[in-house]
Amino acid sequence: MEQFTGRVWVLGDDIDTDIIIPTEYLALKTIEDMKQYGFSPLRPELAGQIREGDIIVAGKNFGCGSSREQAPEVIKALGIKCIFAKSFARIFFRNSINNGLLLIEQPDLYDDIKEGDRISVTLGQEVVYQGRKYPIASLPDNLLEIINAGGLVKAMRKRNGLDERP
Amino acid sequence: MGMTIAEKIIALAAGVPEVKAGDIHTVNLDRMMSNDGTTHLTVDMYNNKLKHPRIADAGKMVFIVDHNVPSDSPKTAASQKKMRDFARENGIDFWEGKGVCHQIMMEHYVRPGELIFGADSHTCTYGALGAFGTGVGCTDLLYGMVTGTSWVLVPETIRFNLIGKLPEGVYPRDLMLTIIGEVGANGCNYQVMEFTGDGAHGLSVNDRMVLCNLAVEAGAKTAVFEADDVALEYLKSRGREPKAVFTSDPDAHYVREYTFDLSRIQPVAARPDFVDDVVPAKEVCGVRIDEAFLGSCNNGRIDELRVGASILKGRRVSEHVRFLVVPASQEVYLQALEEGLIQTFMESGAIVMNPNCSVCWGSCQGVIGENEVLISTGTRNFKGRAGHPSSKVYLGSAATVAASAVKGEICTADML
Amino acid sequence: MGQTIVEKIISHNIGAQSVKPGDIVTVNVDRVMLDDIMIPFIVDKFNEMGFADIWDPDKVVLIYDHLVPASQQDDTRHYKVGDAFVEKYQLKNIHRSDGICHQLMTEAGYVKPGHVVFGTDSHTTTYGCVGAFSTGIGYTEMAAILGTGTLWVKVPETIRVEINGELPDGVMSKDIILRLIGDLGADGATYRALEFCGTTVEHMSVSSRMTMANMAIEAGAKCAMFTPDEKTAQYCEIELNDFQKGLTGDPDAEYVRVLKYRAEDFVPVMACPSQVDKIRNVSELEGTVIDQVFIGSCTNGRLEDLQAAAKVLEGRHVAPFVKLIVTPASRRVYEDAIACGAIRTLVEAGAIVTHPGCGLCCGRTGGILSDGERVVATNNRNFLGRMGTSKVEIYLASPATAAACAIAGTITAAR
Repeated sequence: MEQFTGRVWVLGDDIDTDIIIPTEYLALKTIEDMKQYGFSPLRPELAGQIREGDIIVAGKNFGCGSSREQAPEVIKALGIKCIFAKSFARIFFRNSINNGLLLIEQPDLYDDIKEGDRISVTLGQEVVYQGRKYPIASLPDNLLEIINAGGLVKAMRKRNGLDERP
Repeated sequence: MGMTIAEKIIALAAGVPEVKAGDIHTVNLDRMMSNDGTTHLTVDMYNNKLKHPRIADAGKMVFIVDHNVPSDSPKTAASQKKMRDFARENGIDFWEGKGVCHQIMMEHYVRPGELIFGADSHTCTYGALGAFGTGVGCTDLLYGMVTGTSWVLVPETIRFNLIGKLPEGVYPRDLMLTIIGEVGANGCNYQVMEFTGDGAHGLSVNDRMVLCNLAVEAGAKTAVFEADDVALEYLKSRGREPKAVFTSDPDAHYVREYTFDLSRIQPVAARPDFVDDVVPAKEVCGVRIDEAFLGSCNNGRIDELRVGASILKGRRVSEHVRFLVVPASQEVYLQALEEGLIQTFMESGAIVMNPNCSVCWGSCQGVIGENEVLISTGTRNFKGRAGHPSSKVYLGSAATVAASAVKGEICTADML
Repeated sequence: MGQTIVEKIISHNIGAQSVKPGDIVTVNVDRVMLDDIMIPFIVDKFNEMGFADIWDPDKVVLIYDHLVPASQQDDTRHYKVGDAFVEKYQLKNIHRSDGICHQLMTEAGYVKPGHVVFGTDSHTTTYGCVGAFSTGIGYTEMAAILGTGTLWVKVPETIRVEINGELPDGVMSKDIILRLIGDLGADGATYRALEFCGTTVEHMSVSSRMTMANMAIEAGAKCAMFTPDEKTAQYCEIELNDFQKGLTGDPDAEYVRVLKYRAEDFVPVMACPSQVDKIRNVSELEGTVIDQVFIGSCTNGRLEDLQAAAKVLEGRHVAPFVKLIVTPASRRVYEDAIACGAIRTLVEAGAIVTHPGCGLCCGRTGGILSDGERVVATNNRNFLGRMGTSKVEIYLASPATAAACAIAGTITAAR
């Protein structure tokens, strides 16, 4: 099982897609152009502070709101490795999986965590924070397939005979 | 020595019996207009730079939000809020979303014989009613607001004799573009364009506005028509009285004179990126367009909407063209609604916007992108004015613009 | 074992006897809606995936609405990308300035009862108003559908919402859905279908149902379902077939939750800043000073909404220094509103009527606000920063309430 550790940013309940990337910036040409505005309505400085491998821990209903796939793409581009939340909104969930951004539901971690602390993650098993273990589930098979393919685009490329199967 | 209309208005405002070109006089301003292009700057200076901020006469001030309506960013919203709050606190007449500033001023304020400053270059429009309106910067406007006065250098006057009548399918806009093409973009710098002759008296107030409005594109300080019966009738229908009705004296001094035979004017277009690069419209026919704009303080009144609608009636806007129709004011809009013109535009596939400056100012409505081409009834075709620096703007009459919108490329109405 | 509406549509779609919540199935897509904001991304992904053709060009609808009129220099690039895609694949169904995507999908007849529809916008749930299963997806999945015509879905559990009786005067379907979102919470229906029934719903116009289906996503729902009836048939200009007529929740269908409301108990409400589920009665907010009112959007920009506002504003005027912006949901709505006099009434009352489009709701233009300003709006979201800075307060309300607020310059209910 894949293991990693990372520094945590804590966000609240109902972090909506307009917070993640406001509509104002949606027509910028690339995700790279957009990412500096990530989370700007809520924490304008955050995008500049996130480093590769950081982790977001949030409350319920993360990613609620619009279907904009720029939201998970921006988060991924900022370097976030994965997001733990009490729950995720469904379109955001699908979009994240399709882009290979890892989302993990965990009911208790958010209540205990402090921003800036580090956690250790063992996928499909648990998170360890200050010695305490928080169990996490693995994803359904059809989603694992997409992730294992490297996202939906790659899965389709294989289907269309453009890439070799690994 | 006799005086021109412009000289007489300045003399009255200065409280002196006579002025002559080149004199500098302190004048009492009859009215000051400021829009959301710069009012926030004026308000900032008022609040931060003055030791004893006061407004000489709030009753003479008019604030009009027209450039970004409805607002397109927190920045413009903040500027407009500053303006709104200042107007409310100081009892200043405030208009928002009711139309382009110059149209509002003509509909509700301007009187013959008045001297009016506006913090917008097209303030010269007010000459259509025999007033002296001129554009100033926000510092001049602030000074006027605080003191009720300003100084003016009495400009020389150029006389434009208009004779005859425009042919069918040719409009005052073609005439004025032709004049600008002739005299050049700086041909009337610091000077007054006075329109006179039977051709001038034969024009409606709407038509006169088209001419005066573009005077600044020839560099003029302002333009003026005599307040004749046509003007006074317009004024009366709106329940206003003139301040003073002036005619130029027979022995008044003109620095130059031009004569234009209206019957010989033909449809023209100004090519990018200069208003004085004027050619017969036929010469630019065939240029593929992305957008067409019918509107602005120059050409967004009921007359032009009628012309546009008559061309669109029973036709469709070309698939790849965005045709923006923007009435100059709510009054114009309601009239157009009454006459079924708005319906015609909607049925033809046009984009009918709320009254505002729109793409004439390159603002939030219909901005054009990289390498795109716009044909417009707006005031200017400067580089990048309507959007991306690489975009191109052609100016033409309402008829040419509407016909081009249908064809998808520049053409004149008779070519449809 | 009985089935809910969404279960019936999915089983019919895949040719199965029945499906149950939790089943993961691959559906055949009847229609897709692509919007202007997403089109460059969809095209990129589609090309990257390496498809030679679109599975069925006639089932694809491309709509420019978020960026109409263009407010930024790069906006027109999206039209160019879309136009090139239309040209290349010979798409027939394109709307460049006709109004909001969700309005056009039903109004222009693209969606019929029983259809399975996906769109690159979260408010795609709207089409449940005519008994279609529709939901929002991202641009990568849209690109995959364009190539394959299929998508996997997890059959959702269904929450049944039963509303009986007659709504009080001044209360609109917006008040119902806002109250429901408040009761469920912004994530109360996540992954689930909301199924509406009862006499109140039966008596409602398709437009009123659209308002409710549109906002189902604000409770997290995957879709919202209404049983197609005669009104639906008329609206869609079809005769219902047996399958469509049968799209009701069976008495023995399994619901994860059942909510029952009496229509008479509803009152005008608002969603307060900055959560859609922060619902208060308008009476509790009475007197709060406002700067602007927005009537429009795919939630509440239809003819009956404009008429409701016009009725309140008839012979009255918007308060000094308050802006009322009205953005009809579509070209047809605009034309119909002219024909019935609503536009005249609104403009005479001081409204700024814009061209149909997403307008202020999508936060790119159309009346953006700045720090400290407060707006009452009829759209679907009041998220932080959605209409300007994060210091703008957005209150969501019905068109009738919004119009009353515009006249008063403060929050108040229509009387």
